[in-house]
Amino acid sequence: MRDVAVIGIGCTVFGEKWGSSFRELFVEAGALAIEDAQLSGEKIDAMYVGNMSAGRFVEQEHIGALIADYAGLATRHIPSTRVEAACASGGLAFRQAVIAVASGMEDIVVAAGVEKMTDVEPGTSTDTLTGAADREWEGFMGATFPGLYAMIAQDYMHKYPLTREQLAQVSVKNHFNGARNPIAQFQQEITLNTVLKSTMVADPLRLFDCSPVTDGAAAVIVAPLDRAKEFTDTPVKVLATAQASDSIALHDRRDISTLDASVAAGQRAFKMAKLTHKDINMVEVHDCFSIAEICAIEDLGFCKKGEAGKITADGETALNGRIPVNTSGGLKSCGHPVGATGIKQVYEIVQQLRGEAGKRQIDGATVGMTHNVGGTGATVAVHILGRA
Amino acid sequence: MTVARFWRKIPQRYNMIGTKCETCGRHFFPPRSFCPDCRRAGKIVEHKFQGAGTVVTFSIIHTAADQYADLTPYVLAIVKLDEGPKITTQVICPPDQATIGMRVKSVFRRIATDGESGIIHYGTKFVPAE
Repeated sequence: MRDVAVIGIGCTVFGEKWGSSFRELFVEAGALAIEDAQLSGEKIDAMYVGNMSAGRFVEQEHIGALIADYAGLATRHIPSTRVEAACASGGLAFRQAVIAVASGMEDIVVAAGVEKMTDVEPGTSTDTLTGAADREWEGFMGATFPGLYAMIAQDYMHKYPLTREQLAQVSVKNHFNGARNPIAQFQQEITLNTVLKSTMVADPLRLFDCSPVTDGAAAVIVAPLDRAKEFTDTPVKVLATAQASDSIALHDRRDISTLDASVAAGQRAFKMAKLTHKDINMVEVHDCFSIAEICAIEDLGFCKKGEAGKITADGETALNGRIPVNTSGGLKSCGHPVGATGIKQVYEIVQQLRGEAGKRQIDGATVGMTHNVGGTGATVAVHILGRA
Repeated sequence: MTVARFWRKIPQRYNMIGTKCETCGRHFFPPRSFCPDCRRAGKIVEHKFQGAGTVVTFSIIHTAADQYADLTPYVLAIVKLDEGPKITTQVICPPDQATIGMRVKSVFRRIATDGESGIIHYGTKFVPAE
């Protein structure tokens, strides 16, 4: 296999973007990435795009061809492929692009993610997202996504000493980071009281435990490491790509509050990179709900099971902590356009490794990790990236 | 949900007909036609579940999808059936009385309605056993 590098990155501002269409979002992110790589569009060999549900959100399928077309590449007939794994679609699109380059089949490949979620009513978006779980045996019974993660939280709090305040600190910390990120949907800091007094959604999870509905797109360009210097002075090497699956339904898991697919993907990634959790300077984890970040930190090995609430409250996951988590603001504050999230995580880590993360910069960062979850943990993609 | 999509699941939804593997004795609800443990050596047969179980975890849903909005707040739970498998269901009880470890039994109930003129979906919910 060939070594692979990220040579360009781009991302739209995340938010309720009523003035932008699905295809405009994608083109904006793609153009930024191409410009960043100082690349000419005709050099692109292939594209992969992560997208969960354009069919329900904007009634458009056949996304691969659509994005290649509006990227101006229709007459070049490049292969362009949509990748879907619910909220992990972006992470899987990145992985497919890395595999395509590593194999030697392609050289310059775009990995993108896009979701346009605010063109439907809130009830429809809630229902659409339920399709990331088991529609027949979870959704049909009245399960919502907050409800499923609330059941993870309830199980976790029954087994481990996690307090409601510790859980809220995840959102407070992520809003602190998001307030320093110019692409974040919510660039405001919040307090513990903001979380604790917000509307109850699915007990024990409140509105400020939940990531928002978001429009946005992100794109990165990967190439063989030995060609990376043709395009950029600051290539970022892909040290590991890993993916794992588990039962589609939460109720079929070995343990309700451990995402075994996170454990498996994390271990595979560390093995591939020949690194341990101690080598990671910062990690973007999939905090679709506050409890998800708690589980992720533990499942990836950054602390023991049951201790993530304490290390969060102690500031170990803050920007200046032992292992900064979600420097971008995470899904909670930066926003969660589901298909784009996995690519945005790579975007954030590449910015950190290049030293371009502004007020969020982790000094001397050399290795970072991304963790992207589909559903309640039925798919997990983990990547490790390092300064080349 | 179309009529056919609902109709073909009536044995499971109304009567809790699942399956079990006669090779290893493992039970499956919802039914599986392939035993993950025995794989090709497995022998899958129908099995009617007793409908008794224990709450493993739960949440009280305050914000629901449109079809379920009239029910809020309601108790969503994962119940471990006595035969082994765990399922996602609703427990009909005052929300503040739901607890992890509570014993429950199945009841036949309306689950949701496709609008005012659409089909009514029935299925299995649970109530406290004592």
